[in-house]
Amino acid sequence: MAHTLPALPYDLDALEPHISRQTLEFHHGKHHAAYVNNLNNLVAGTDLEAKSLEEVILAVAGEATKAGVFNNAAQVWNHTFYWQSLKPGGGGAPTGALAEKINADFGSFEAFTEQFKAAGATQFGSGWAWLVLDGGTLKITKTGNADLPLAHGQKALLTMDVWEHAYYLDYQNRRPDYISTFLDKLVNWEFVAANLAAA
Amino acid sequence: MRFLCFPRALLAPLCALVLLAAALPAWAAFELPPLPYPSAALEPAINATTMTIHHDRHHAAYVSNLNGQISANPGLGDLSLEALQAQVGRFPAAVRNNGGGHWNHSQFWAVMAPAGQGGAPSPELQQAIDASFGSLEALQQQFNQAAAARFGSGWAWLIRRSDGQLAITSTANQDNPLMDLPGLERGLPLIGLDVWEHAYYLQYQNRRPEYISAWWDLINWNEVNRRFAAASSL
Ligand SMILES: [Fe+2]
Ligand SMILES: [Fe+2]
Repeated sequence: MAHTLPALPYDLDALEPHISRQTLEFHHGKHHAAYVNNLNNLVAGTDLEAKSLEEVILAVAGEATKAGVFNNAAQVWNHTFYWQSLKPGGGGAPTGALAEKINADFGSFEAFTEQFKAAGATQFGSGWAWLVLDGGTLKITKTGNADLPLAHGQKALLTMDVWEHAYYLDYQNRRPDYISTFLDKLVNWEFVAANLAAA
Repeated sequence: MRFLCFPRALLAPLCALVLLAAALPAWAAFELPPLPYPSAALEPAINATTMTIHHDRHHAAYVSNLNGQISANPGLGDLSLEALQAQVGRFPAAVRNNGGGHWNHSQFWAVMAPAGQGGAPSPELQQAIDASFGSLEALQQQFNQAAAARFGSGWAWLIRRSDGQLAITSTANQDNPLMDLPGLERGLPLIGLDVWEHAYYLQYQNRRPEYISAWWDLINWNEVNRRFAAASSL
C-alpha cells in the first residue's frame, strides 16, 4: 500500500510560540514528507509494498541490509505519533487512570518528569525519548535515530523528537529548554491516556 | 581557570599554584581553541550566527563535558586530545562522545578557510587523489554521497588508510576514523565534514546537500596538504 503523509492534527501556527510555524513547515512538510516519499520509493516493486507501515517496520527491524527501509518507515511512524503527542495548550500533569499509573510506576509525577527530561537530554545525537508500556509497566526509554518501541516489543504511549531539526530554529543548542517546554506547554495527555486505555 | 592558565607555557608555575590553592581534583586539561578566523569569514556558505553557536556553544560544551570526565577517569587528564582518540574504547561513552566532539570540531575549524584563501591540492596530494579516485571530482562525488547518506548525526571523512590509499568514510555522532571502535574504518583524517543538523540547520534546514556543496568552497587545501604530508611521513 502506498504510504501517505498524514495532515497535522492542528494548524501550522497552533503551537506558537513554543514551536514555530517555520519549524512545523519544515518538520512536517519537508522531513516527514521526505520519509514517506523515500519509503514508498524503497518498497515499490518489492514484497514489502503490500504491507502496512507497522508490518514493514517489524519485517525489516534488525536487518542490516534493510536499514534504509527501516529508517524511513520508522521515521514515518515516529513523526505521525509525535504530532499526536503534542497539542496547543497542552502540558502540565495528567489526571485519572493515567496519573494513578504514573504514580504507581514512577513514584510520583515529578519522578516521571525528571526521568523523561534526562532521557531526552542524554540521547546523544539524533533520536527520541519515549514513555512506553513494557510488560504492563510504564517505562521511560530513549532510542537513537529512527529506532522505536515497536521494534523492542514495547507499546509507545508518548514521544518527543530530539533530532536537532525538531527544535533548532526555535531553541538552537538549548535542547533542555525545548524539553521543558514540551512537558510544560505541549504534551497531549489525552492522547497518552487513550493509548494506555487501548493497551 | 582556563584564562589564568593561558598561555600555559608562560604561566605554568603560577597556574599550578592557583590550581593547588583551589584544590581542584584535576588539571583542566582540554581547551577550546579559538576560531582561526572571524565568525563571519565563511559567509555566505556558513553564516556568522551558525559559526558562533557552533563554536561557542556546541564545541565549548564538548570541551567542558570532557573536562568534567577527568576526575572520574584516571589517566584521561594526562592524554593529549589526539592520543585519546585511539583509546576511547577503554573509556565510558561520555569520554568517547565528548572527546570525539572536541577533536572533530577542532579539525573542522582548521580544515576550512574563507572562500578563495584555502589554496589548492599539492602535487603529491593530487597524485594520491588521482590514484585512489581517478579525479578530484570523483572524490567529491563519493564524499558528497557519504555525507548525504549518513543517517542522523555524524561526520563524513576523507582519510589516508594505513596502506597509503585514500578513502571516503562516514561515522555516527562524534565518532571518528582515529577511534579504536569495532566496525569503524580507520585511517588518518585529511578532511572531516560535520553533518549534524546543528552545522547547517539555521541556513539550510532540511537541504543538507546544498550545505555540502556550498562547503567545498571553504576547503583549506593548505591544511589538507599539511595533514597528508604528515600522514605520509609516518
Ligand atoms: Fe523529526
Ligand atoms: Fe558540530
